[in-house]
Amino acid sequence: MDTAVYDQAATAAPAPWGRVRRSRHLADRVLRIVCTLFTLLGAFVLGWILLMLVVEGIGGLSPEVFTETTPGPGTQGGGIANAIVGSLILTVLGIVIATPIGVLAGTYLAEYGKDSPLATIIRFVNDILLAAPSILIGLFVYILMVQPMGGYSGWAGGVALAIIAIPVIVRSTEDMLRLVPGSLREAGAALGAPMSKVIVKISWKAARAGMVTGVILATARIAGETAPLLFTALNNTFWFSPNLMGGVSNLPVTIYQFALAPYPNWRELAWAGALIITLSILALSIVARLLLKKDKVR
Amino acid sequence: MAVLSDEIIVSTNKQTVRHRTSPLFDQGFRSASYGSALIVLAVLAGIIGTMVYGGWPAFQEFGFGFITSSIWNVGADQYGAWVAITGTLTSALIALVIGVPISIGIAIFLTQLCPPWLRRPVSTTIELLAAVPSIIYGMWGLFVFAPLFANYVQIPLTTLVEGIPILGTVLYARVPSGVGMMTAGIILAIMIIPFIASITRDILDQIPTVLRESAYGIGCTTWEVVRYVLLPQAGVSIIGAIMLGLGRALGETMAVTFVIGNANRLSLSLFDPSSTIASRIANEFNEAAGMQMNALLALGCILFVVTFIVLALARLLIARMKTH
Repeated sequence: MDTAVYDQAATAAPAPWGRVRRSRHLADRVLRIVCTLFTLLGAFVLGWILLMLVVEGIGGLSPEVFTETTPGPGTQGGGIANAIVGSLILTVLGIVIATPIGVLAGTYLAEYGKDSPLATIIRFVNDILLAAPSILIGLFVYILMVQPMGGYSGWAGGVALAIIAIPVIVRSTEDMLRLVPGSLREAGAALGAPMSKVIVKISWKAARAGMVTGVILATARIAGETAPLLFTALNNTFWFSPNLMGGVSNLPVTIYQFALAPYPNWRELAWAGALIITLSILALSIVARLLLKKDKVR
Repeated sequence: MAVLSDEIIVSTNKQTVRHRTSPLFDQGFRSASYGSALIVLAVLAGIIGTMVYGGWPAFQEFGFGFITSSIWNVGADQYGAWVAITGTLTSALIALVIGVPISIGIAIFLTQLCPPWLRRPVSTTIELLAAVPSIIYGMWGLFVFAPLFANYVQIPLTTLVEGIPILGTVLYARVPSGVGMMTAGIILAIMIIPFIASITRDILDQIPTVLRESAYGIGCTTWEVVRYVLLPQAGVSIIGAIMLGLGRALGETMAVTFVIGNANRLSLSLFDPSSTIASRIANEFNEAAGMQMNALLALGCILFVVTFIVLALARLLIARMKTH
């Protein structure tokens, strides 16, 4: 009965119904197509960038890249061994400084401070630091360390990178600790464990995978940072001194200087370095995601 | 669970005394966490402090004219921030105009249109765009995008708009090299897409499914659900996400330094080289001394104040969503 009436109405006045329907469906289809295209565009750009790096960088990848130091202006050959090692040292230095501070600060926010005014302010400030322009952090460390110490140094570079890593670690540590159920903590406290022990043995253990993910993501974030190193670790074309004073060669700044240089071998090395650094960072990011996924499934 | 049984074994082994945490450790741990949290505050205070302290001589010397003057002459020791300020704002604005629709489109695709099995890989792909170092975007922009942009957009467009009153100025490329304000804006747009898209996706995910399902239940199409249910619900929070993207775009340094052309003069054309606050600091700071250094720090101070306001607004707008 109902369908018959409906059919009758549809056949009686097909024009307005059909038109309304068509415009609604058209709008819907346009939305679907546009959104899908935008997503494809995003994926396409990532693919394009990776393809560019492989095409331009693979030719420059030779054993010398990993064994020889950066060439001076106008000289042939050379590698980026000192830049790779320098970058590793600076990144590790940054993470070693940032991890204890970031983890403890995140622990304070999640376990001690909670919703107190101070914790709210620190959370707010941390979110701002998370997105603050990294070049300003370079300026800050320049005034804080490079000027008083009388020159560029790897230590200043490490501190600058640590300042970028800390907010990332604070945020992830707090988020992960907040996921730990309160009953676990209460169970620990009921056994007579003091707060510090409950945190270290229960909360940290339960949130471990997420916290490690945060540290890995922070590593990926600082490994490619160029702007904060420009005024702190600077760069040089030799092996740096063991005490890290003076310019410390590093990949991002080397790539920056070499990519814009007029010498073909410098440009080739810049592309090789760009390929190495991007693949390492993407690999780190993917590993971090897989770690978290495994934890969630369990 | 393993944790708890460990503790029990410890106490039955009668080694409780040795394993008991001393009150000193408990207190020390608390203080260490407290101190670390304060370091976060100290860093922000330190950044503000150095910028104001370092930039003060420049503000004092040039007064309000520092902001409004477009002269930046190192030889004459005359500094004005206007070119860099407008460059920063214009490039960020272009980035938003291009990046926001794309980001929201991606978020809608991920939450409404995407089949479940595809969701994770696509999300990861978009998020990986944020992991690519900015210097790589700079190289891609300069060596790959700029030549294509010059050949297929700038040159045809320049011949097309030549002589037309306003368009002939804004879209006219004196030297169609592909490098300039527009290219910087486009690269920035790509760089902020992953941030805006992933926050918008999370916001759309938080909207109760019941709302969506009831809209579909009365026969709404996906477009109508998005337009009349999801976007009004997400409202302010999406503006927060956009502000966060804006904060990122304002302070981005390396990619912009590669593609903006680092010119020092004011130009009405979007295709002409320009500079931003961040790119100028990156280019000049290492060779700067005296008043030039103070002027650069003053630029940094302006950049910091602007990004601070934008990011603080972003944070407040996004937080409002969480509370209700």
